[in-house]
Amino acid sequence: MIDQIPAIIVLAPLFGAMIIGLFGIRDHRVCLPVVFISLLVSLGASVAAAQQVFNVGTINYFVGGWEKPLGIGIHLKIDALNSLVLVVIGVVVMLVSFFSIRRVGERDTEKTPYFYILYLLLCVGLFGITITSDAFNLFVLIEVSSLTSYALIAMGSNKRGTVAAFNYVIMGTVGASFYLLGVGYLYLKTGSLNMDGIHAILMLETNDANVGASKATTVAFIFILVGIWIKMAFFPLYGWLPNAYTYCPSTSSCILAPLMTKVSVYVMIRVMITVFGLDWVFVELGWSQLVVWLAVIAILAGSMLALAQREIKKMLCYLIVAEVGYMVGGAWLADPDHWGMTGALYHILADAMMTLCLFLFAGIVAKRLGAFEISDLQGLFKKMPITSIGLVIGALAMIGVPPTCGFFSKFYLIRGAIEGGHWEFVAALLISSLVNAVLFFRIFEIAYFGNKPAEGHDHSHDHSDDSIEEGKGSDSTVLGREASWSSLFPLLASAAIIILLGVFNGEVVALIRVTFENSNHLSGLFR
Amino acid sequence: MSEFIQTNVQPYFNFWIYVVLMMIGLWALIAKNNLIKKLIGMSIFQTAIILFYVSLGVKDGSTIPILDHHGPEHHETADAGHDDVHEKEHGKKAEPHHADDHVGPNPDTIANPLPHVLMLTAIVVGVSTLGVALAIGQMIFKEFGTLEENEILEQIKAGNVDD
Amino acid sequence: MLTKVFATIAVVITGGLLLYGVSDFPAFGDPHSPANAGVGNEESISQYFITQTYKDTKVPNIVTAVLADYRGYDTMFETVVIFAAGIAIFAILRVTGNEAEKKSIKPPLDSSINGDHQRIIVGTTCRIVIPVVQMFALYVVAHGHHSPGGGFQGGVILGASFILVAMSEDLNAALRRFSEKTYLTLACVGILIYAGFGLMCQFLERNFLDYGILQKVLFTDGPEMARSHSMLGVEVGVAFTVTAIMFAIYANLSSRGVLKNGL
Repeated sequence: MIDQIPAIIVLAPLFGAMIIGLFGIRDHRVCLPVVFISLLVSLGASVAAAQQVFNVGTINYFVGGWEKPLGIGIHLKIDALNSLVLVVIGVVVMLVSFFSIRRVGERDTEKTPYFYILYLLLCVGLFGITITSDAFNLFVLIEVSSLTSYALIAMGSNKRGTVAAFNYVIMGTVGASFYLLGVGYLYLKTGSLNMDGIHAILMLETNDANVGASKATTVAFIFILVGIWIKMAFFPLYGWLPNAYTYCPSTSSCILAPLMTKVSVYVMIRVMITVFGLDWVFVELGWSQLVVWLAVIAILAGSMLALAQREIKKMLCYLIVAEVGYMVGGAWLADPDHWGMTGALYHILADAMMTLCLFLFAGIVAKRLGAFEISDLQGLFKKMPITSIGLVIGALAMIGVPPTCGFFSKFYLIRGAIEGGHWEFVAALLISSLVNAVLFFRIFEIAYFGNKPAEGHDHSHDHSDDSIEEGKGSDSTVLGREASWSSLFPLLASAAIIILLGVFNGEVVALIRVTFENSNHLSGLFR
Repeated sequence: MSEFIQTNVQPYFNFWIYVVLMMIGLWALIAKNNLIKKLIGMSIFQTAIILFYVSLGVKDGSTIPILDHHGPEHHETADAGHDDVHEKEHGKKAEPHHADDHVGPNPDTIANPLPHVLMLTAIVVGVSTLGVALAIGQMIFKEFGTLEENEILEQIKAGNVDD
Repeated sequence: MLTKVFATIAVVITGGLLLYGVSDFPAFGDPHSPANAGVGNEESISQYFITQTYKDTKVPNIVTAVLADYRGYDTMFETVVIFAAGIAIFAILRVTGNEAEKKSIKPPLDSSINGDHQRIIVGTTCRIVIPVVQMFALYVVAHGHHSPGGGFQGGVILGASFILVAMSEDLNAALRRFSEKTYLTLACVGILIYAGFGLMCQFLERNFLDYGILQKVLFTDGPEMARSHSMLGVEVGVAFTVTAIMFAIYANLSSRGVLKNGL
């Protein structure tokens, strides 16, 4: 059983989706139990896999039993790099499923089963991206997750959401196609599609062909990188993200915002470490300076644009753009002890939970208060004290106040930046923290001092034409009461995880750094 | 100029064509105003990638990656003279077969199957993306009554977006 | 104007970069390029496929064997992509109930295309052609091991035959033969067949999609024939899903999600 774990993680949601497709469409009550069971299986398998990885070692799984020669079949691999990412994906999708209870069905029950099928297939895609060790298989799974996310965004009855989804289709296709082109160039030069196999050949220095130094390899790296950057909304390529995540249904944004960008960051780090190798990326290519500057611009631009927003969700979207800058910059710091990379990996986990917490909050207030703009949050602390706890913890983590995980990810990133000599990155991180503080304390002020519930009520009607669908469903009996347990539980759970991740940051970072201690991961497992 | 073409373009003719096609597609994708034209550009873009992959699996004088109908073993035992036919057909010296050696066919005479497999996947992915994009485009047309991007943006800017 | 300038710059940079990489390629059609023959002295992956496929699987069509066996995991997700696209179009477009009544497209009466005379010619032709098309589709699916073809190709042809019904008569006629419930079920069943083959291997204590072990269930002599037969089964699953989703995409797009009358 234990050796089948990699397949189980991916297959459980897939079978769940098919069961909903067969039975859920006829009887909607089937949907939720199936979703919970299949995601629980995946989460359990991820946790078991992580245990196995840290106690025994890397899990290699060869689909179809095609093990040798390496690369003829598809190779799944769970190692120190991706096991924690898998667990975080499992936790996030589990919590969002709680949030989805009664949330999807409120308006258009006909489409509930379709939503859950797409939701589970999105989980399949995310787990699959994380687990695979085959460059082309990664492309297929990127497409599984992208197609489902296009649909999840376009499903809402929001006009702007539809346009945003279209732009996302265009940008997403360009990103995936660039990635595919890069893989093609690599395949042409190496004749392999397996990540370890490609790495081994790139490191090979024969007398007639030094593949690592060829122009085509550099071009391949550029295209893979730019493709992934489009997918993760790195600064100049972020155009699709804010509208897509702002104008989609809250449940969809709760799953897409924390996971899609983070998984793309993971893919970038995987490509850097496993396919090309850090030596090649940092020493032979030597673009670390350039990318860190891009990340600095991303952080500053994201923070400034967030400051200019009035809508809660849009503000959070621009914060995501800034956070992506953190992670890309951290991964490219190129400090000798890999503290920047450690910080980036830790921030993947931390930021997934932080973003989840804040988007859940945005979803709850949109539902309960009809609040889409920051000014709608007047008197929130009095009206919804428990929801406010989630907001406060998420906000403190974003600002970087100990003991939340946001503080420690910044700590490791800054440590890496100092050791790598990138002072501009340190400055950008500090400025961004300051901006976040301004942003969230402004929200706190409105939520604490402005106690005019009646006016808040009116506001919701003013903005009901501001296009977010839940606003229309909310009537006065729902308004102003504390949210239901199914919404509060994921919010509080994510808040608790934010604090736990911060308190146990030493242990988590020790697990992350297994990747760097074990030099095997950096120089190819095979040959 | 002609020297440049002879040394740089001619040996890589397919690759140049694919880059040109890809540029056309990408340009349409970014610059065109009509959403359907954007999707046409997207299709051209994806087709260019297919051309690229298929090109890199080509071997001079090779045949399709489907073996003789009865398989190589029958082919070797039943028809020993078959290799000569291959030699004549392709004007290329095929490596001699040994009857007792089950290595199978000579890889140099058969096209690389892997890019074909990958492109089968990419075609399917392209079709799926196009279908979803068309559906979203139809929704946009239903809601805005137009497929011109600037008109849609104007409507959004004018605040005319209530459901 | 600005977008055009920006687009031109982006396109030129992209094209230039790609051509910069091309200048380093092995010559077109070189059988010993790294992609075809690998780097170093070892046998490359593609050479392995060419020389060993028949020994491993007894399938002469190498592309089918690589698609359905060696890289079967990829192909399963390819089918999932198709399925996801179908469900996505459903989720985006499908309208039911009162809204559907409002939005249904009225068939244009007396238009030249739908005039009675043309209908007779087109209808009769299609009635002759469609069974042939469907037979051919089944052949493409079943003979995918030996000739070009397979689940995707056959599935698309089979789906096209239903689309032909919808185009020659109208969508209602096609939906009477192939209703919404049927095609959704068929799409799910197709993927379940594929994943089920893989799962069966897992129950027999092998890795996912390791068809060789299925000789215990399929009673074949040797794992090679088990692989060959399992590939056929998997291709049939793919064909189910592709047929269903191709028709679903057409039906939803052509009727704007109402599933009445159509174009």
